Amino acid sequence: MQAFKTRFNYLFTSTKGLILVAIALCALISAFFGSLSGPMADLGVKTVIVKTFGIDLVEAEREGRVIILYHTIAMAVIAIETYMITDLVAMKENQRVQINSTITFGYLAAIIGGLPFAYWGTSWIMHGIYIAGLTLIFFAGCLLAYALWPWRNEYKVKNTAYAHSKSGYDLERVAFFSVSIVTLASALFGAIPGSFYGNGFFTFLAENVVREPIKTTLQKSIIGHLHIMLALIAIACALIICRYMDFKGILHTIAMPLFIIGSIVLSMGTWLVVPFEGIAHTVIYGGSTIAMLGALLLVIYSWDKLIKTGLAEKGLKKGNFFQGLTALVRDPIKFGVTWQMVFMNFTVSFIGIFVAVKLDEIFRNWPFMDEKLILTGHWHILATLTATILLLYYADLAGLKGKSRQWFGWSIIIFSDLAFGAVTVYELKRLFVEEAYQQPVVNITNLLGDIGLVVVLLALAALMVWRLIDLFKKNGRWSQEVHEKLESYVEEK
Amino acid sequence: MKKLTLLLISFIIILTACKPVDINAPAPVYDTGIEPNTWAFIPMGAFFSGQFNFETTIDYDYEMMVTHVTNQQFAEYLNEAMKDGYIKIEENKVIGYYPGDEFHDGRHEEEIPAGNYIHIPLDDPMLRLDYDGQIFTAQPTWANHPVTMVSWFGAKAYCEYYDWRLPTELEWEKAARGSEDTRPYPWGETIARNNANLITSRDPFEDMSSFGSRTTPVGFYNGKTYDGYVTLDSPSPYGIYDMAGNVWEWTSNVYEEQHYRYLRGGSKDVYENYLRIWVRNSSIPTYTSSGFGFRCVK
Repeated sequence: MQAFKTRFNYLFTSTKGLILVAIALCALISAFFGSLSGPMADLGVKTVIVKTFGIDLVEAEREGRVIILYHTIAMAVIAIETYMITDLVAMKENQRVQINSTITFGYLAAIIGGLPFAYWGTSWIMHGIYIAGLTLIFFAGCLLAYALWPWRNEYKVKNTAYAHSKSGYDLERVAFFSVSIVTLASALFGAIPGSFYGNGFFTFLAENVVREPIKTTLQKSIIGHLHIMLALIAIACALIICRYMDFKGILHTIAMPLFIIGSIVLSMGTWLVVPFEGIAHTVIYGGSTIAMLGALLLVIYSWDKLIKTGLAEKGLKKGNFFQGLTALVRDPIKFGVTWQMVFMNFTVSFIGIFVAVKLDEIFRNWPFMDEKLILTGHWHILATLTATILLLYYADLAGLKGKSRQWFGWSIIIFSDLAFGAVTVYELKRLFVEEAYQQPVVNITNLLGDIGLVVVLLALAALMVWRLIDLFKKNGRWSQEVHEKLESYVEEK
Repeated sequence: MKKLTLLLISFIIILTACKPVDINAPAPVYDTGIEPNTWAFIPMGAFFSGQFNFETTIDYDYEMMVTHVTNQQFAEYLNEAMKDGYIKIEENKVIGYYPGDEFHDGRHEEEIPAGNYIHIPLDDPMLRLDYDGQIFTAQPTWANHPVTMVSWFGAKAYCEYYDWRLPTELEWEKAARGSEDTRPYPWGETIARNNANLITSRDPFEDMSSFGSRTTPVGFYNGKTYDGYVTLDSPSPYGIYDMAGNVWEWTSNVYEEQHYRYLRGGSKDVYENYLRIWVRNSSIPTYTSSGFGFRCVK
């Protein structure tokens, strides 16, 4: 009983344990429900799973099922980011405990209620649990915003290398605070129109209504909600990586205002979609460009730091191009968290801008099903690349070292990039291959995409199995992690 | 050495996905026994439309073609219509006159003024018709397959040439679903691979390693067995075939503030969820595709 209690305490009270549980649940949900579509469905796995688990797949409810599925996964990811933030950003211990416990109950309720509601008959009790879970997560967000309030004397920077105001207030904390506030508002932006203008019976996927010339308020707010929530999860992830890489100095001083202004302007742009659709896009482009510049500065700082550290380890002050490159990539985990941000530009940002600029000239001349491929691929790639960044960070927190660190890090980077690169080519295939001749392109991109995703999932599974085995050891890593903070440099500020 | 072997194996796997496309690869010829020149009667009355089952009424009787318009039928039409001057050939395209749409300057709306518009491209290798400069003929293998590579203008012109018309989206939906229930597929609640021609349905016309999915003859999914390939009899409640899969079907509606035309029914190139009765595809009216076909109502 004592053994169970200590492990339970680790998993549900320590930061690393909470992150582990949330990642494991994400992995299990993705593996299980991923078998209901794509190649697994083609191979007949779907039929077996549906029969074995008595899943109730009503055709008219497919969109609703998918919406609940990705909300439950998103809630777990938001919980992971929250656990990281509450440990990386200084706050009172009781605040940290309150936030973490509230969001844990919230996302578990969202999963426990949401998935049975969506896949095993529409029990309204389950739906109630799901909504209660989402509400708890929102409440946890309010607690987080309060805890992050930056204008308290005790949170002024102690080390002036970090971005700060004239009065010494910590601008990185302001960035976390502003992201939490606009995230809360953007959650309401989905929830309030969703319950006021719509009802749970008439569900739709945002990508299915893009060609409707006159969109309802509900349609506009849902499209806005989808875009902004993903963007803010990505910005929060970038801020977490700022702490992870101990981002400071002049670039930090420039980047933090960019993150603050970028996230606020971007959010306002998406909120403006409802009343002023015409100008909203311009505001969104402005906001996202500003936030992306912040991320670019993080990448520059991070790569410079990795190169300098790597060269210093070899006793060099300066090196040639190849020595610098070797130093940069020597640790795939620390390189990967920012490389994935760079790669995101090729598969998400640049593609998004290109499609927006050439929408009428090219993409609206294609059938809707071809345009829809781009839209769906776009946000799947953004979401999953963000997840790989968090996963790489977690691999470091979990203490992955030596060869396994190299294998894990490079597997995630190479194979996720392979998969998303292939998906990007697949999305855009009509640009360079006619419909009649597309099959080889479809085959090769699907194959590469599947190989990439399978390897990433196997790497994730290996990490989870390693941590599961560790839990069975009396003095495993978990026993040291119970009291570990994510970073000690937090105290420096 | 191990790494090299692994690399080589991966390379070979990737190469196997990369066979060249022979779009004229031989295809079997089957007589499905379903006559393309037949019509199904659809009585006036209420039915459930859309994904969320809105009770809708069509207050007139109409008839719909039991099958898609075939290559054979379309070739015959082209010959007659050419003779009558209803259509003409310009720059390797069959074109015809369209009086234009009212322009409302909607967001992303493009103006469609009166003028000649493409009906079919003559130089597209996916066109299953031959033209010797005088006469159009259907390629024998594909004669009883749905005609494809026809634009919305071409489909509309075909129907109107015979004093028929393209179905509206609601007419199409009622014909697919019937008036009794809220079924998602024309034949019922669930879908199997041999209910319809969809992607990876493994029908005798498909080779996913090369040319991909191809059309099946009209009325193919009628319960018959073709060289060992067993089909399920899958008509709509009114006895109409291929209302799900094979080719997307053009419908007639022209909506305010948009130039897109809508298609229904899913096709050989998409997964089963796109074959659900309420799913809509859309395209500019000049687009031609090997996955687009049509049928008429009267």
